[in-house]
Amino acid sequence: MSNVSLVLNGRSVSAEVEDRTLLVHFIRENQGLTGTHVGCDTSQCGACVVHVDGKAVKSCSMLAVQASGSEVVTIEGLSDGADLHPVQAAFREHHGLQCGFCTPGMIMAATDMIRRHPEGLDEKTVRAELEGNICRCTGYHNIVKAILAASEAMAKGGKGAAKAA
Amino acid sequence: MGIEGIGARVARKEDKRFITGSGRYVDDMVVPGMKHAVFVRSPHAHAEILSIDVSAAKKMPGVIDVLTGKQLKADGIGNLICGWMIHSKDGTPMKMGAWSPLAVDKVRYVGDAVVVVVADTKGQARDAAEAVSVEYRELPSVIQAVDALKAGAPQIHAEADNNLIFDWEIGDAKAADEAVKAAAHVTKIRIVNNRLVPNAMEPRAALGHYDRGDDHTTCWTTSQNPHVARLVMSAFYNVAPENKLRVIAPDVGGGFGSKIYIYPEEVVCCWASKKTGVPVKWVADRTESFLSDAHGRDHVSEVEMAFDKDNRIIGLKVDTIANLGAYMSLFSSCVPTYLYATLLSGQYNIPAIHANVRTVYTNTAPVDAYRGAGRPEATYLLERTMEVAARELGVSPAELRRKNFITQFPHQTPVIMNYDAGDYAASLDAAMKAADYAGFPARRDSAGAKGMLRGIGMSCYIEACGIAPSAAVGSLGAGVGLWESAEVRVNAVGTIEVLTGSHSHGQGHETTFAQLVNSRFGLPIDQVSIVHGDTDKVQMGMGTYGSRSGAVGMSAIVKALDKVEAKAKKIAAHLLEADEGDIVIEDGTLKVAGTDKNVPWFQMALAAYTAHNLPSGMEPGLKETAFYDPSNFTFPAGCYICEVEIDPDTGITEIVQFVAADDFGNIINPMIVEGQVHGGIAQGIGQALLEGAVYDDTGQLLTASYMDYTMPRASDLPSFQVSTSNTPCPGNPLGMKGCGEAGAIGSPPAVINAITDALGLRDIAMPASPQTVWKAANSAKH
Amino acid sequence: MYQVNYHRASSVEEAAKLASQGDARLLSGGMTLIPAMKTRLAAPSDVVDIARIEALKGVKVSGNTVTIGAATTHHDVAGNAELKSAVPAVADLASHIGDPHVRHRGTIGGSVANNDPAADYPAALLALGATVVTNRREISADDFFMGLFETALEDGEIVTSIRFEKPEKAAYQKFPNPASRYAMTGVFVAKSKDGVRVAVTGAGDNGVFRASEIEAALTKDFSAAAVEGVSVSADGLMSDIHASAEYRANLVKVMAKRAVAKAG
Repeated sequence: MSNVSLVLNGRSVSAEVEDRTLLVHFIRENQGLTGTHVGCDTSQCGACVVHVDGKAVKSCSMLAVQASGSEVVTIEGLSDGADLHPVQAAFREHHGLQCGFCTPGMIMAATDMIRRHPEGLDEKTVRAELEGNICRCTGYHNIVKAILAASEAMAKGGKGAAKAA
Repeated sequence: MGIEGIGARVARKEDKRFITGSGRYVDDMVVPGMKHAVFVRSPHAHAEILSIDVSAAKKMPGVIDVLTGKQLKADGIGNLICGWMIHSKDGTPMKMGAWSPLAVDKVRYVGDAVVVVVADTKGQARDAAEAVSVEYRELPSVIQAVDALKAGAPQIHAEADNNLIFDWEIGDAKAADEAVKAAAHVTKIRIVNNRLVPNAMEPRAALGHYDRGDDHTTCWTTSQNPHVARLVMSAFYNVAPENKLRVIAPDVGGGFGSKIYIYPEEVVCCWASKKTGVPVKWVADRTESFLSDAHGRDHVSEVEMAFDKDNRIIGLKVDTIANLGAYMSLFSSCVPTYLYATLLSGQYNIPAIHANVRTVYTNTAPVDAYRGAGRPEATYLLERTMEVAARELGVSPAELRRKNFITQFPHQTPVIMNYDAGDYAASLDAAMKAADYAGFPARRDSAGAKGMLRGIGMSCYIEACGIAPSAAVGSLGAGVGLWESAEVRVNAVGTIEVLTGSHSHGQGHETTFAQLVNSRFGLPIDQVSIVHGDTDKVQMGMGTYGSRSGAVGMSAIVKALDKVEAKAKKIAAHLLEADEGDIVIEDGTLKVAGTDKNVPWFQMALAAYTAHNLPSGMEPGLKETAFYDPSNFTFPAGCYICEVEIDPDTGITEIVQFVAADDFGNIINPMIVEGQVHGGIAQGIGQALLEGAVYDDTGQLLTASYMDYTMPRASDLPSFQVSTSNTPCPGNPLGMKGCGEAGAIGSPPAVINAITDALGLRDIAMPASPQTVWKAANSAKH
Repeated sequence: MYQVNYHRASSVEEAAKLASQGDARLLSGGMTLIPAMKTRLAAPSDVVDIARIEALKGVKVSGNTVTIGAATTHHDVAGNAELKSAVPAVADLASHIGDPHVRHRGTIGGSVANNDPAADYPAALLALGATVVTNRREISADDFFMGLFETALEDGEIVTSIRFEKPEKAAYQKFPNPASRYAMTGVFVAKSKDGVRVAVTGAGDNGVFRASEIEAALTKDFSAAAVEGVSVSADGLMSDIHASAEYRANLVKVMAKRAVAKAG
């Protein structure tokens, strides 16, 4: 057993868990935040993507204890309060989701992608950058559209866009 | 249409919870005292079980119990069944082999469930599962359907001689034979439809909770049709009587057919909960899903298409062998028969058709409906054959199709179906225009100048949705009716709940069904809630598959809304002292036509519940129920065009454009319909280019994870150009046809027609992976 | 996953000490080890996390020498401005490993020490004639990679950095496996004053290897056309459901040509 202490969606949390506990299970089962999903066993589908210290990672491929001392943001913590993050809003507006299972990972991947490309995105880049996220419902068409739209909206809105949306 | 009514591009109501991580899937459910199940599965494709020793596993930390098939049988749990009876042409019923939820004497495919371990944590259950000792005697196995029929093939079920489940036919053999004999040209081709794994992103899961005090079981399950699950688990599997069994399918992360069926795991979780006294949850790993979810397709067919001297089709002969895997899954028998061979007329006037279908057992995962279910197989067969025929006849593929289109409706085909409406030329024209078909030769030339091979291919598909009517499917062998139910509850404040037997697992019913109510009564969709997926809330329903929720599910809602409207108008007429025939409903208000007299919707509703002032003899309240049984199938149709560019050095195929022109009849929400088409096309392109379940000769699944099964990713696909035309369906009140499966049905032949066009080849196997295309490109080079 | 004990090392010395106990494994980004542990294919008694040791992180370009700390993530290698200007081929290779999430965690040291036959970095190290620096010694890439998942590393030996000289020209071209997206064939071509080296990953049935015929052709004439004349044998190449040895042989040649063209 190890102590895992981290900041989860802005709140300090601490728990004793088995060392073999994956970060995704810590988030889902220990902390009860079930928005982060598990869709495969081989670290490929990306349904489990969260941000650790500001970077998108697959929470199924990391022990919870590896993240001890880090800041973790999940889909539940992406937006401030009742407002939607611009990426969340774009996914809704552009019908970038159907069954919703891959969606939290997609949105967390998309926000990270937009952060890494302040110069803006094009369709080819978005598709290449979605290498680590699998969706079976949408054919990606509207996911790509949503990410491009969110990227533009956030560029226009400047730094405050995330909070203002 | 209002801004939220029928035809409006409304953002989905359900999205809020999915984009904020508040969706509730089975794996998210927690019940106090809940324990975790792990299944011990067969590592062999075919083996006798000689002994099972669970003693070591039972002593492992955290283990509650370890249960076997013998115990399950002793408790009277029934075998899993196939719910659609097919008779062979000699009149004998299909040969259904016994499928115990936990294998007792024999295992028949890698992944067959043998033992279940229940423990405090999933990790402990898995530790203990490794300590279960099962002694097997391996038997020879057979993987390919064609091999299973050969003399001396390993016998998988005692009930089915030589693994033949049924040998069925449809159409007129003599007429088809004569057409082939009389033909000016016959195109002969062998068509192989590759085996696929549906791969909904949410793995299957079940949580069984037996309440000793009430002698009542609740089962949360990843199901597309919780009511059918309850019916079957109660009537056939002896899990519990219906009144003591509640099945809940909460948010479900995609289905594509694979979550229609009742699998061993949910039956075992319910039984194990009763047996152990604790709630038992099981969640599949992805590899477990690959091994044990029902697979799709897997047909091999010999085709002869006969043409007269004017290139008109005069006959079609088809001989198909369909692999149903190790056991007959719930609807496995109807897929390669009534969902397949009845569509072999396609969009064409074919006077004589005969199809023979043999289904066989093999030592592979059960095969059942996967998005399209039979119709993709029929479409692939026809549209590949048409393309090959056009090339053999030296005519344009588009014109050969156009010449043979059915243009008069209704049209009775020789294979049961009666097409009610359509305009196939309109879709073909729309697709050709959108694809700039005429400009293709120039594009091919400029690609050729870069050393790339460019090809174009089309596919004109038809499908039958909203499978119906109940009496007809009953006469064809269906064990259930295929109607739908709806209940519309108007609350005292006027807000509305619609209870439906349809189940949404990505289709957006919470939005589209509310849009229908908005169109009728003018209530904002926020004031309309859609309730589904819980047998305690909705009495009975048939669920969502076969693109039936619009054409059938919404029709049932229309019927219930009609009744609500009639009563509402009576109440309003009474309140306004007017004739009920003069009452109209506009923008949430009941008005006396031509006057300014009106009563707002909520006041009428309140009046229904206060019951202070109702027409004499009227019951209080405003709630209506309806069951809708369709009079016919619906027939969505369309034309897809795919253009590819192949790099002959690597075999990489890039889809440079993909055009879909569909006729879905009337549409409730174009945005959602487009989304359905996009997803279907992606799965169809997946089948054509990327996906294929591969077993080795010993029955090990080589493609059992995303390391080896190629899921379409964003970089594999282009953006799609989709459009719709509309010949309303005359058979249902909303004129809807269904849109859920079209993409997966229409796209594979378009892709393969494009690739074979680029390569100058007659055929290429699906999936046309880079290796396959490279080999073909280099053998075609001469 | 089986039970395991986790340790976080704050220095290489501490890591070496911790790694010597039981059946311990070093844990860097964990992008291979954790998935292997999840599926119970790997079952170390202990894992020693070295990902937070600052001394193991960073890219340094000094003169013609590039040094990359073992715990530098693929993301940080891909984005390093100095490296992008000095040896863009390596930054480019790093930018195509796995996916963005994997690149945020996976490290060069972990990739090299694991020596997966379909990993990208081994091709770069071998083609660049790189040196693998450990807590005990320096090992040339030629001696380091010893077959499938096998390296010259001894028990308790920790890769601390990778060092190589800036080549005149270099490029990496990968053909990913359609399903897993690992390299089905990846070719790294490097031209330096000592000659041309061409290393192939993803294709060999004994891991990364040098394509000597292509090297010979390119030494005479560093052009894609020169590769055209080389016949690549399928002997010793992997064969699986995605690619036969013959197809891989073709890909070796095509990727080599494209890498040369990309190298300019």
